[in-house]
Amino acid sequence: MALQDKYKALTDAATTAGVTDLQVREQDGVLYVDGTASTGSVKDELWKVYDSIDPNFTSGDLVLNVKVNVDASVTKVKVTTESTNLNIRKGPGTDQPIVGKAAHGEVITLISQSSEQWWLVRTDDGEEGYAYAMYLTPEA
Amino acid sequence: MKITKVLMAVAIVTTTGFLSCKPKDADIKSAVEAKLNAKPDMSGTMVSVTDGVATISGECKDETCKADCEKLTSEVKGVKSVVNNLTVPPPPPPPVAVTVDDTLKSGVNDALKDFTTVTAEVIDGVVTLTGTIKKTELPKVMMALSSLKPKKIENKLTVK
Repeated sequence: MALQDKYKALTDAATTAGVTDLQVREQDGVLYVDGTASTGSVKDELWKVYDSIDPNFTSGDLVLNVKVNVDASVTKVKVTTESTNLNIRKGPGTDQPIVGKAAHGEVITLISQSSEQWWLVRTDDGEEGYAYAMYLTPEA
Repeated sequence: MKITKVLMAVAIVTTTGFLSCKPKDADIKSAVEAKLNAKPDMSGTMVSVTDGVATISGECKDETCKADCEKLTSEVKGVKSVVNNLTVPPPPPPPVAVTVDDTLKSGVNDALKDFTTVTAEVIDGVVTLTGTIKKTELPKVMMALSSLKPKKIENKLTVK
């Protein structure tokens, strides 16, 4: 229960922000907080709260897995890499061959979210394959 | 005609006789309480009886216990009907699922591909991070790794 107290500000913030399917479970000295946030900024806010409770996330006593709900109507995503091109691969995995590239800032078509990590996309040039979801931001 | 009258009189007398034999609400209450309290799966049992209608409340271990209690109550002499207000606590959440190492390792490799200063080791679901990272990039790495459902993330990164 002590961990739930330590991260109470975080779980309270998640409740206030309307995170759905919120699950807070403690097991073997680690607190697992899962849920789905309505927007990426809600997720970012929760991570800021986490950072304020446990600076630089060094305690190893929390696994915060907040997904961002991407509406089924979203068909366009923007490539939000640091500056480089984003690889589009034949399958979901960095061990898969690269079949195309999307430029930083380019808006491409989202075909489906095959997993939390890998989304199936298509560029305007017709290159189709899997890209890492961390570098894709849904277009409103 | 006479016979009918006699029969009616007998009927009335018999009914009245039965009514007077009807158990009192307080007695029904005690009888129901005795039966329910004998059940080990029950706690906080409360019984009230009004005109033979027994209302039972409290917490039952599960749905079977809830149905049993209702049946036991209905079997008590004098109970006309049962209002079952017993509650069953929600089931405990399922245990946390941890990704198996092989899947976790490939997920970690995918996530860290562009963070060349970070090294990760995966053992029994625990991801141990060493190396260096920029403060601005740290949340991105942690977010990506947390979504892979590891058992734990041991962050030993030096933040620049």
